[in-house]
Amino acid sequence: MSTRLENMGRLVDRNQAVTFLFNGKTLQGLAGDTIASALLANDQLLVGRSFKYHRPRGVVASGAEEPNGLVNLGQDGHFEPNQRVTTTELYDGLQATSQNHWPTLEFDVGAINTYLARFLPAGFYYKMFIHPRPFWKYVYEPIIRKSAGLGKAPKDRDADTYEHFHAHIDVLIIGGGIAGLSSALAAAQTGARVMLMEQTAHWGGRAAVDAPQIEGMSAEAWIAQTVEALEAMPNVSLRLRTMGAGVYDHGYVLGYEKLTEHLGVSDGPRQRLWRIRAKQIITATGAIERPLSFAGNDIPGVLLASAVRDYAVNYGVSIGDRTVVVANNDDAYRTAITLCEAGLNVPAIIDVRPTSEGELPQQARDLGIRVLSGKGIAKVKGGKRVTSVVVCAQAGEGAALEEIACDCVAMSGGWSPVVHLWSHCGGKLIWDEAQAMFRPDPEQAPKGDQGQDFVTAVGTANGNLFTAEVLGDAFAAGLSAAQSAGAPKKGRAANAPQGNDAEEAALSPAWLMPQGASYELRAKAWLDFQNDVKVSDVQLAAQEGFESVEHAKRYTTLGMATDQGKLSNINGLAVLSKSLNSDIPDVGTTTFRPPYTPISMSSIAGVAQNDLFQPIQWTPMSEWHSENGADYEPVGHWRRPYAYLRDGETVHEAVNREVVNTRESLGLLDASTLGKLVVKGPDAGKFLDMMYTNMMSTLPIGKCRYGLMCTENGFLSDDGVVARIGEQEWLCHTTTGGAGRIHEWMEDWLQCEWWDWKVYVANVTEQLAQVAVVGPNARKLLEKLGGMDVSKEALPFMQWADGTLGGFDARAYRISFSGELSYEIAVPASQGRAFWDALLAAGEEFGVMPYGTEALHIMRAEKGFIMIGDETDGTVIPQDLNLQWALSKKKTDYLGKRAQERSHMADPNRWKLVGLETLDGSVLPDGAYAIADGDNDNAQRNTQGRVTSTYYSPTLNKGIAMGLVHRGPERMGEVLTFTNVDGEPIKAKIVDQVFYDKEGAKQNV
Amino acid sequence: MSNAVSALNGLTAAGDVTVKEAGLRGMITLRGDFSSRKFKNICTELSGMGFPEQGKANCDGDRGLCWMSPDEILLLVAHDDVAESLTKIEKALKGQHYLAANVSDARAQISVSGPFAREVIAKLAPADLHPDHFQPGDFRRTRLGQVAAAFWLTETGAIEIICFRSVADYTFRLLAASAKAGPVGYFTV
Amino acid sequence: MLVLHCPYCGVDVDETDLHGGGEAHLTRHGPGSSDDEFHDYLFQRANPKGVHFERWRHVYGCGKYFHAARCTMTLEVFGTYSAQTLEPPQEIKDAIMAKRPDWTGGAKS
Repeated sequence: MSTRLENMGRLVDRNQAVTFLFNGKTLQGLAGDTIASALLANDQLLVGRSFKYHRPRGVVASGAEEPNGLVNLGQDGHFEPNQRVTTTELYDGLQATSQNHWPTLEFDVGAINTYLARFLPAGFYYKMFIHPRPFWKYVYEPIIRKSAGLGKAPKDRDADTYEHFHAHIDVLIIGGGIAGLSSALAAAQTGARVMLMEQTAHWGGRAAVDAPQIEGMSAEAWIAQTVEALEAMPNVSLRLRTMGAGVYDHGYVLGYEKLTEHLGVSDGPRQRLWRIRAKQIITATGAIERPLSFAGNDIPGVLLASAVRDYAVNYGVSIGDRTVVVANNDDAYRTAITLCEAGLNVPAIIDVRPTSEGELPQQARDLGIRVLSGKGIAKVKGGKRVTSVVVCAQAGEGAALEEIACDCVAMSGGWSPVVHLWSHCGGKLIWDEAQAMFRPDPEQAPKGDQGQDFVTAVGTANGNLFTAEVLGDAFAAGLSAAQSAGAPKKGRAANAPQGNDAEEAALSPAWLMPQGASYELRAKAWLDFQNDVKVSDVQLAAQEGFESVEHAKRYTTLGMATDQGKLSNINGLAVLSKSLNSDIPDVGTTTFRPPYTPISMSSIAGVAQNDLFQPIQWTPMSEWHSENGADYEPVGHWRRPYAYLRDGETVHEAVNREVVNTRESLGLLDASTLGKLVVKGPDAGKFLDMMYTNMMSTLPIGKCRYGLMCTENGFLSDDGVVARIGEQEWLCHTTTGGAGRIHEWMEDWLQCEWWDWKVYVANVTEQLAQVAVVGPNARKLLEKLGGMDVSKEALPFMQWADGTLGGFDARAYRISFSGELSYEIAVPASQGRAFWDALLAAGEEFGVMPYGTEALHIMRAEKGFIMIGDETDGTVIPQDLNLQWALSKKKTDYLGKRAQERSHMADPNRWKLVGLETLDGSVLPDGAYAIADGDNDNAQRNTQGRVTSTYYSPTLNKGIAMGLVHRGPERMGEVLTFTNVDGEPIKAKIVDQVFYDKEGAKQNV
Repeated sequence: MSNAVSALNGLTAAGDVTVKEAGLRGMITLRGDFSSRKFKNICTELSGMGFPEQGKANCDGDRGLCWMSPDEILLLVAHDDVAESLTKIEKALKGQHYLAANVSDARAQISVSGPFAREVIAKLAPADLHPDHFQPGDFRRTRLGQVAAAFWLTETGAIEIICFRSVADYTFRLLAASAKAGPVGYFTV
Repeated sequence: MLVLHCPYCGVDVDETDLHGGGEAHLTRHGPGSSDDEFHDYLFQRANPKGVHFERWRHVYGCGKYFHAARCTMTLEVFGTYSAQTLEPPQEIKDAIMAKRPDWTGGAKS
């Protein structure tokens, strides 16, 4: 059984017990434990079930590479699935449940799949479920979905907060082992801005466990001394629990910092996403030990040799009493030695190499450990935990030589440098034959904005497995990176720390154990523990023609689980290359993509959640709207009242009331959101003549003109009223959503095409609160407020004037989008609310009512006015909307003019705007199509028009609509049939688009 | 007028770092030719401050000059002095090609002050705010979260932010949330 | 994510503060142009693997458009320069030639 040792455990505090829940069971751990070490200390070896066969699985690793130990963590709003037990720090009250089993971890019905494994090889799903076609949707998929997936999706809204932080750094070092520390020392002495991040809660990495000598002291002492020295330097920032998640173009790096999650539910942000721009990046990300591929290598109790060592040294936890070490290298002997020193039994070290005579093997032999050279494991026996191993000759097919009883197997297939961050932004790899690993190719580093190399890999991440070369390599890289980043001082190379550790003999690659293993054995030799991919699956993929590593990956799902193949990729592609009779470097690796380990979606959102999810734009009058029943609709990022609901009213009733009241008496509209651009300069008139289809240069001062803007494609892009303010000054109104876009459009032409024209533009949209005062009593209201002359004579239709109204400085535009007598009054935004209140108070005697955007829409549709975004969709030209009158014939050029001369634009067969009236007075569905005879080439019904705006008109008491119809204006009176998703097609007659007050009598008073 | 109110009417979120809307401020967007002596003179006359270099702001209290672009200055004056300033500008630049627009009410000014004010901004803006790089007098136009903003550092270590009025509420809450979340411990100054 | 130097503000700017504006140095064709000329002006865009000239607007900053010469393969930036030019200035061309001797020199190749 696995248990807590009396000795060892450098990271745990034996005086501080921590209570936690696993699958509802209360367990005790120690402060400093991970969930994994605490579970193991409680003899909880079994942590989950595998994805496909539901095989019992235990912890394999001790770090970020762990494939099996995934749990549902936390409760309610703090719940998160797929949390790795090896990297989750224990805290008091932690609640975790294991995943992927039913009904319980110990007894899982799905485990039947393991007996069906022969019938569930790679590609099984693709082959089995392709026929008959309809079965997929109705039979297969619903069943498969029930049994698929890791963990549970959270049900509650995330209760935690998150944040971002932007940092600009000269030298960013990712990985706080001795390599990273050495690089940091070097870079820091140059005065460069240095940041060192470490994903775990501790500095020093593996060296603290393997304990080489550095600068004549223990590694642990050197690490502590170095961290202290770095902490004292103002140009160095040290961050624990911060993972380098991804390296991107131009030195952009994401760092993922855990702030409070190791404390449980607590105040403050849970995670911080560092958004870093680094001039130089050093990846000191270490290496990951590789498993060996033998039958039963997934049985709980089979762990990486380094992990067995870590659990003993760091946490004082033994996996078992009798540990068999199986390896192809010297380093794994450290595990055997460590276990012996802890007083545990190591019955044998099984070494695939014919001889093992190095320093470490000698030490092991001196401790009395039996070393079996040239041997391998034929299979591991056991169910929910290891009971014994069957030893065979590595060179053979697996014939049993002896069986050794044990409860733990520590395996080591050599080390793979963590090259992920090096590779994210284009760094290439070379195959190191001697060490059987892919390592960074310094000749092909990621390139930065000046074409410079901007990432350097150091230490074991660079394929240097020994302390002396790790320290020297990392220190030199730190110096050189600082210099490349333009550090103020030079720094001394001679200051590089010195270190030494045991001499090690070369490893011998062993991609399959034994090398001639039978199918029976290969079908139980796991490569990818999380996705249940075995040696036999990869061989099958090769046999079936999936020769590219990328294809084989997708066919078998090797490396596609949440661990992204940290343990399985190299072993998998070695098996693939062997099956294809080619060399490993010729097969190559799959692509390394960020993030290094999964990061939470919430950290990516940062502070942008709930009411900060996106910026909402409010007008100076919004508070009043909110207090008076406004039902908002989004218009761009603005919120505009759609209607103001009174007690007991439906939205529809409110809209109708607002329309009727405005038509009969007086309405107010908050029009502050309309874009307002000041265009000024000696060439402003000439410029506006290019921007608008109309002639704006001839507009007299004091007058207004409705204008259209088109893109160079000829399509209508915006509209609004333009007022001539002065000799060289115009004010252009845009649509609510259009202010920023049209401002940019104008600047584009002024800066990039006509840069010699003297014109300045300023966006003054938000400077002004604008209110449309609309209805037969509009003038009476303004006259009651008193001030400027708003009479028909003084301020005729389509003119503007400055003055005061009720004591407010105001500009009044006599314009109308409703067909009523109407003024739009602009006042400074700071006085907008006061002005609004004054209008409401003075308007009380006229029964004044504010109206929302829907009433605005209905009234403009009754008048046949177009709306950008309803009648236009980026394919509509002014001619389609019968707006020829707004296209200046006198001008030789305006934006869009040339395009409108193209044959397709001038084609009389275009769909053009008409009014539509249903025969029964009902309201046409929005977007409905007018059906034509016959079918098109795709066997869809032909169409001859579509509805662009449709409303119930309370003024006319029937449905009214506008639409684009094939040669529409020539077909007045014709009846068309429109599609209706919810029922029978609807018949509607083509009519004039102006439904109300055709003569304009109401607005011209 | 006395009934004028700023976007957030002086709203304050007090804490280790305090976020406060500055109230009514006078702001004039002035576009023109920076090589014109008359242009520079009227700027310095109305603000009482020197004409700023590229990327700088010279501000003191509610008066100042901010470098917005190679042909745009943001002139800060008292809110009540805007109309008079505009008249003076018109007089001084008569005959020149320029544009002066009152944008006092189009903007909101928010002040962030306290020990880690710099970090509060660095949580939200992609600009380099390291003390080596961003000092009193520097002026930066960039983003805060998802909206445009401009800011400068005062001699006392407070950061003055200008954003659009319509998103003052968003910007304020963004800053208040970032201040409440506490220090990062990254900037040592 | 790119960093580009805004020649107007004099600062290095994160891509999130910028707005891409498509290919630079287009020649506008208006009324009087042939159908082919107009078609090319509207729709025909260079999409080179390698040296490319493009427009960017410092939308969260000074609001100015500037031009960037950039390698679309490696994202190497050869320089940024004023948008008020009909072709890349000589120093930009020199910078490109220094790094990409094979470049044929066409602004719109």
